[in-house]
Amino acid sequence: MSAPQFADHVDLRLRVNGVVRALDRIDARVSLLDLLREHLELTGAKKGCNHGECGACTVLLDGHRVNGCMVLAAAADGREVVTVEGLASDGQLHAVQRAFIEHDAFQCGFCTPGQVISAVACISEGHATEEREIREWMSGNICRCSSYPQIVEAVKAAAAAENNPPPR
Amino acid sequence: MSALLASSLPRQDGPAKVTGAARYAADHFAEDMLYGVVVGAPAPAGRLRGVDAAAALEVPGVTHVLTHEQMPKLGAPPVPPASSVRVPLQDDEIRYEGEPIAIVLAETLEAAEYAASLVEADVESGPFTPHPHGDRADAEVPRESGYLSGATDAEHGDVAQALAAAPVHHEATYVQPSRHHNPMEPSATLAEWRDGTLTMVDATQWAYGVRAVMCAVFGIAPERVRVRSPHTGGAFGCKGLVWPHQIIAAAAAQVAGRPVRIALTRAQMYSIVPYQPQMVQTVTLAASDDGRLVAIEHESINLTSVSDDFVEYATMASQTTYAASAIRVRQRVQRANVNLGTAMRAPLEGCGLWALGSAVNELAAQLQIDPVELRLANYADVHPFTGQPWSSKKLRECYEQGAQAFGWRRRPSEPERDGRWLVGQGMADCAMGTIRFASTAQVRLHADGRAVIRSGTQDIGTGIATILTQLVCGVLGFEPGVVSCEIGDTELPEAGPTFGSSSTMGVGAAVMAAAQDALAKLRERSAQELSDAPGAGALTAAMRSAGIDELIGVGSFTPQDSPYAMNTFGAIFLEIGFDPELGIVRLRRAVGRYSVGRIVNPRTATSQMLGGIVWGWGKATMEASRQDERLGRWLSKNLAGVALPVNADIPSNIDVAFIDEVDEYASPIGGKGLGELGATGVDAAVADAVFHATGRRIRELPITPDKLV
Repeated sequence: MSAPQFADHVDLRLRVNGVVRALDRIDARVSLLDLLREHLELTGAKKGCNHGECGACTVLLDGHRVNGCMVLAAAADGREVVTVEGLASDGQLHAVQRAFIEHDAFQCGFCTPGQVISAVACISEGHATEEREIREWMSGNICRCSSYPQIVEAVKAAAAAENNPPPR
Repeated sequence: MSALLASSLPRQDGPAKVTGAARYAADHFAEDMLYGVVVGAPAPAGRLRGVDAAAALEVPGVTHVLTHEQMPKLGAPPVPPASSVRVPLQDDEIRYEGEPIAIVLAETLEAAEYAASLVEADVESGPFTPHPHGDRADAEVPRESGYLSGATDAEHGDVAQALAAAPVHHEATYVQPSRHHNPMEPSATLAEWRDGTLTMVDATQWAYGVRAVMCAVFGIAPERVRVRSPHTGGAFGCKGLVWPHQIIAAAAAQVAGRPVRIALTRAQMYSIVPYQPQMVQTVTLAASDDGRLVAIEHESINLTSVSDDFVEYATMASQTTYAASAIRVRQRVQRANVNLGTAMRAPLEGCGLWALGSAVNELAAQLQIDPVELRLANYADVHPFTGQPWSSKKLRECYEQGAQAFGWRRRPSEPERDGRWLVGQGMADCAMGTIRFASTAQVRLHADGRAVIRSGTQDIGTGIATILTQLVCGVLGFEPGVVSCEIGDTELPEAGPTFGSSSTMGVGAAVMAAAQDALAKLRERSAQELSDAPGAGALTAAMRSAGIDELIGVGSFTPQDSPYAMNTFGAIFLEIGFDPELGIVRLRRAVGRYSVGRIVNPRTATSQMLGGIVWGWGKATMEASRQDERLGRWLSKNLAGVALPVNADIPSNIDVAFIDEVDEYASPIGGKGLGELGATGVDAAVADAVFHATGRRIRELPITPDKLV
């Protein structure tokens, strides 16, 4: 193992929403959230608290949900990040996104990018089999408009759709 | 009217909000933009002797550290829309902890944040008045500082005589703590000057209010200020008026000659922007033996700052809810060295019903009368204080349908057990005044079959764009897909603020009138007999035949004095579980029935009521912002130290519905407001359910385990 190197600035290469992004001389203090928002102008992930308390900045890092504000950008070097902007493909909304609209699972929409990403992970983790479990595993994402019952419905519906995809 | 009125059209901004395409204030950039970080006062009172900015200015990327000495002298803005007579960064006085004393500007966020931590404030601390304790100490008559929207003292009938003559009395004091709005979006502003014109992208509930303040502080004409607010990420009242950071961003951008973006930290959301101040309410009820109220006396004392007397008219509840022949109300304030409070979901009755609803439930227990029966015995068929008839009121139906859906009549006299939980049930009234603001709007018809709604209103999550789309579709017979909505910009026709549950009435009526105007103009200019809701095909054919490419309909809504009193009403029934060993209270289920006039969109309306009930639950059992009285500062300025409802706190079994009703007087829409109504009454219902389960009356919110074990 090589000795750790300390530097004020770091060069980063990471895959964001399927695209490799190379960023040179990024301030070592930059969080993954600020890298996405201020350097890549991917402003979907939101800064609600910057302390890992609200979940508005939730993104997928190598497929796992993380609070983007609690991860240094430098720690994401060489890894894969998916944000809410990267969920839809070929102009088709992700099943979770469709379910959020269908079940009216948001109001102001500020926490929604984090809720949607968290819901995608909640389902893939296998934590969406019953309502009680969904409520528990979606509790890292605060919704002050308080669309909680609708969020549970949306996650339940999206999980069911993933397990039983409609016939093509 | 097409079937789209009263349809559950999905939110029109849904795709933008689930994909991250919806941009909020802090998601905006400007060329050559600087990041601004506000530095707050470290003490609650005193004088700023000086600021040592040397270390901060040495941080690479830092361009400015601005204090009151470098800031331009600014004019005095009107309150409201400004929140305070005190304009930020104008003098060396400190009146609350966290009050802005400087702003650091830098090329990067990291540099600005780090440099802000290096700014050394030399403060001569002075004596300060700490946050009050929940008693009446030093309560004073409020002064006029822009917040006196009604009399502080009012009486109807002879309360002293009624109190003396009545056989039954109940008097108690009810306390609700200071608590913050905590919207998920921290307040943010991007300000840019170009050729003497200020452009702001702002998180606000009132873009035109921001413009008015900027005109006053910079002494410039309205056409030199443009405020955009494409989406506001929750507000609940804390983005209603103009707070220091908005003025600071614009002034700093002027000094720097570059665009400045400020996004408050979550901690600054506690100390720079407002909260709902602590209220201490005393309610005295006098009744006959059969429970008919003869007198209500209600005093409410709310915390305010040393600079401005904000008055939260909680006693409004006692003027509007029960048919007592004598009513006396009194509003007082307690001043302290704290940042200023403001209205919060739900103000007025939302605050007052905690005390009044609890008092009536206690009276019901004292008289051994069912709380619903006691309310029916005191049903206000006219406005109790003014005697005016109601524009519409279907509260009896709320009681009846709510009680039935809940199974209220089967409420056991003793709490039942479910495993380790004791099950308690309670109910209370919901109520909210009807607040209406003037608004204007345009509807532009295009010959290609599109319609564009234009209004300077704001999206704070209520679903206004969806409702406006439905209203236009109803008038024109269009499909929603061809209607788009431009809002959140002072370049658009002026609309009122998005608070007070007012937008559907004011903006909705203006947009509906604009669509009708467009249709009328087209009939006149094309000389064709177009039916009501003619549809896109007939409209475009008429436009083409008359050679019209674009046609602009204009509409407005101006609230008129009315002989009718206007309110919204409801009844909330809920069931809690109480764990006697741990003192934990959990919500098990709730039923709400509401009388709010016509519902334009049941889907978005239901979401608002559900959210309101969760807000009420948070107020009843979780939320409080505490001050350290020795340091004069908020104790926890974060979302970890202040409890808020999360998903695991809320059951799915919440049943809300609306009574079929049209209010012909409140607005041409037939509906009234409902954003705040759902949050009212929940606290009193929870307290009564806790009493049912435990036999204990808790009169200080929140009802936390420490008060029950």
